[in-house]
Amino acid sequence: MATELKAKYPTAPLKCWAKVKELRQKYYQDYALAHEKGGIRWSGGAANLEPVPAGLGRDVYMLTGEPYGASIAYDRAFAAKCHAAAEQAGYPRDLCAYMRNYWGSKLLKTYAFGGPFPEPDFYWQFHLCCSHGKWYQEAARIEGKGRPVFITDVVVGPYFKRNERTGHFYADPNKNGIRYIADQVHEHIERLEKITGRTYQDELLFEATENYFNMTSLWAEICILNQAIPAPLDEKTIFSLYVLGALNKSSKQYVDFYRELRDEVQDRVSRGIAALSTERARIMSDIQPPWGFLEIFRYIEQFGCVSVGSMYSINLQFSLDIKEDGTLRPLPTLKERGIELKSRDQCLMLLADHLASNLWGQNMQEHTLKNYIMEKIYEQWHCNGIMIHYNRGCEGLSLNVAENRLYLIEKGIPVVTYEGNMGDEREFDLAETLKRIDTFMETLGLK
Amino acid sequence: MIGKFEEWYNGRHEYAREWKNKTGGKVIGYFCTYVPEEILYAANILPVRILGGHTPQSLTEAYIFGMYCPFCRDCLAQGLEGKYEYLDGLMIAQSCLHIRQSFSSWINHIPTKFSYLLPMPNALQNNACLPYLREEYIKFKKAIEEWIRQDITEENLVQGIETMNRNRRLMKEIYNLRRSDSPPITGLESMYMVVSSQMVDKNDHSQVLEEFLTVESKGRLKNRDQGVRLMIIGSEDDDTNFIKMVETLGATIVCDDHCTGTRYFWDEVRVDSDPILSIAKRYIIRTPCPSKDMPEHLRFKRILEFAKDFRVEGALVVQQKFCDPHENDKVALIQMLRENGIKTLSLEFDVTVPIGPFRIRVEAFLETLTADESELF
Repeated sequence: MATELKAKYPTAPLKCWAKVKELRQKYYQDYALAHEKGGIRWSGGAANLEPVPAGLGRDVYMLTGEPYGASIAYDRAFAAKCHAAAEQAGYPRDLCAYMRNYWGSKLLKTYAFGGPFPEPDFYWQFHLCCSHGKWYQEAARIEGKGRPVFITDVVVGPYFKRNERTGHFYADPNKNGIRYIADQVHEHIERLEKITGRTYQDELLFEATENYFNMTSLWAEICILNQAIPAPLDEKTIFSLYVLGALNKSSKQYVDFYRELRDEVQDRVSRGIAALSTERARIMSDIQPPWGFLEIFRYIEQFGCVSVGSMYSINLQFSLDIKEDGTLRPLPTLKERGIELKSRDQCLMLLADHLASNLWGQNMQEHTLKNYIMEKIYEQWHCNGIMIHYNRGCEGLSLNVAENRLYLIEKGIPVVTYEGNMGDEREFDLAETLKRIDTFMETLGLK
Repeated sequence: MIGKFEEWYNGRHEYAREWKNKTGGKVIGYFCTYVPEEILYAANILPVRILGGHTPQSLTEAYIFGMYCPFCRDCLAQGLEGKYEYLDGLMIAQSCLHIRQSFSSWINHIPTKFSYLLPMPNALQNNACLPYLREEYIKFKKAIEEWIRQDITEENLVQGIETMNRNRRLMKEIYNLRRSDSPPITGLESMYMVVSSQMVDKNDHSQVLEEFLTVESKGRLKNRDQGVRLMIIGSEDDDTNFIKMVETLGATIVCDDHCTGTRYFWDEVRVDSDPILSIAKRYIIRTPCPSKDMPEHLRFKRILEFAKDFRVEGALVVQQKFCDPHENDKVALIQMLRENGIKTLSLEFDVTVPIGPFRIRVEAFLETLTADESELF
């Protein structure tokens, strides 16, 4: 247990806290009630190409599987029921925990936000890890009504290459791969028109795409503001804030929220408002946390330690670009790049390029990039150590996790690992994890 | 001569070293059967599939998280133990992340002169994958040409395709003999045959296949009681101890859906004016690995076709522990088989399998297939 620490910085509650909670709640309600308003519902992955279905009309609502699975994980009692339902149906418990939560909720015909599970009109998913596409193939089969499943393959190889001279990564996309992603989406749009009976509206696609790029850049700006000492945001709070991007990046309402949040965080930095008044050390994490046990992020605060972000929360939905000197910066918006959306193909190519360049996804294509990005976050966010989650619930983001640990240790960066599961509490040992954190804090000189 | 396949399987490394000495050619290790071997044969490169050693190891813990499949860890262990020191290069065609992890860790920790990641598409039911894959093959061919400092001509490609197709045709012919009431080749021998074809020069392999067909196959094993006709379905499987055990219990494995079986060789390249495009078409339409089989389960259609054609009485559904692609398909697959009157036994494989407990389970399964219910209860 840490000794009583003296407050060094002023702190204050986040003004837009209530608003993000309200927006999130409304998202799940809007999806459930979409049919009552004559709207369309789709379900699929977060970090998807959500501006594309937006071209079907202004009454298109979505349920993204990962945040939904995480929401279930946070409610441990309901999560246990979902796991039991999935296992009784025969699914192995080592499969993606979000996916099992989602399937379990579907099998139980129970929506985590009240009422029966609202089935989508179609499934819209990209495919990157082994389960992305298979998730919704099986979801459609469970329901048994032959709902259309759209899968866009984004496995097109490395987007970034290492400059052997400087050691920094630079963009060198596989143009053939970007074309392939866009061409698949062209195919999907034709089929979407057929199955919905609606005429696709490019102007709505353009509008949603503008929002998408604005939102991703805004989030990157917010994360970069957290490089300040003291950190204006702690990671547990960041998890609640970043989620809007995982819910729908094409929403104007969410863009407006992030603009408001960016201004508030900027103001906190200017006034030296800290997330943790006793901040004396900073750590970062890597991938999804065990959602049912976010208290570990509060536990480290007793030591005057704040977690300022992660490979996951900074990069998952959003745009960071790598400057020539290795500095991470927000990817400029379309406007800043002087791009005006004029055609469907141009728009789809931009979205395809963005999806292929996503830094977290690139870990599944370029095996040394995540080492580099984690090192850069560690440096640029002024961290003292890194907490790595050996997450049994996510095969995709656990790729290379052992290699990341080795690399960071070789670089002299203090690292602690703990094993758990983002969505299945049966695979997380809180007492053991806290003991490891105690030891780690001690090695960082925080008693 | 059928014993030659087992000899090659067990002596894979010696074979590759001898091949190198004899031909002066390069040997490339590959992960996953989506690697277009046609292009490698066109370049006179010997492709050798990297497989596990089926012995417990403790070398990979530092490099691969324990929730990754035992097969991918076993493969990396072979490299770390230096068993593939003769390789000149290493490649993978993207399939699952597990084997991708072996590839990444291999090139991180084992000096490799040439390595290549071929971004094989996953959404093979989308039309856009064909032009994409064709372009990727062109890039791959160019990388190989630069590596060996020699052009690969269209004639070379046609020859590479023919080498592969000949081997596929012959193995298919032998598989078709297994439809009979007294198959002249057991499931174990078939496994040695297919897996060894992934390790030795296809020209050598095809020669033995031809000899077997013309000389040895006729009337072979005609007095062996075939017992229950089984099919085996699942992820990578070269667990010969398990197959051997099953076939001592009054059963014969008559067909399979494995990447060490039919998924590897069943479909040929149909050559047209563009050899690269022809190869791409073949890898798109072959029986898919579950990691690429979506949104429709096209693999299931092939499995059912086999089950009927080979008059299968039951199916063993095996999967490497933690194999996400096969686990994702498992519930749907078992349901499909059940709806078509095919009983299943599901087993999870590790680097080594517990033969004793598995024997009991297989025996019980065979009883359910052969006895009527009044005898069972």
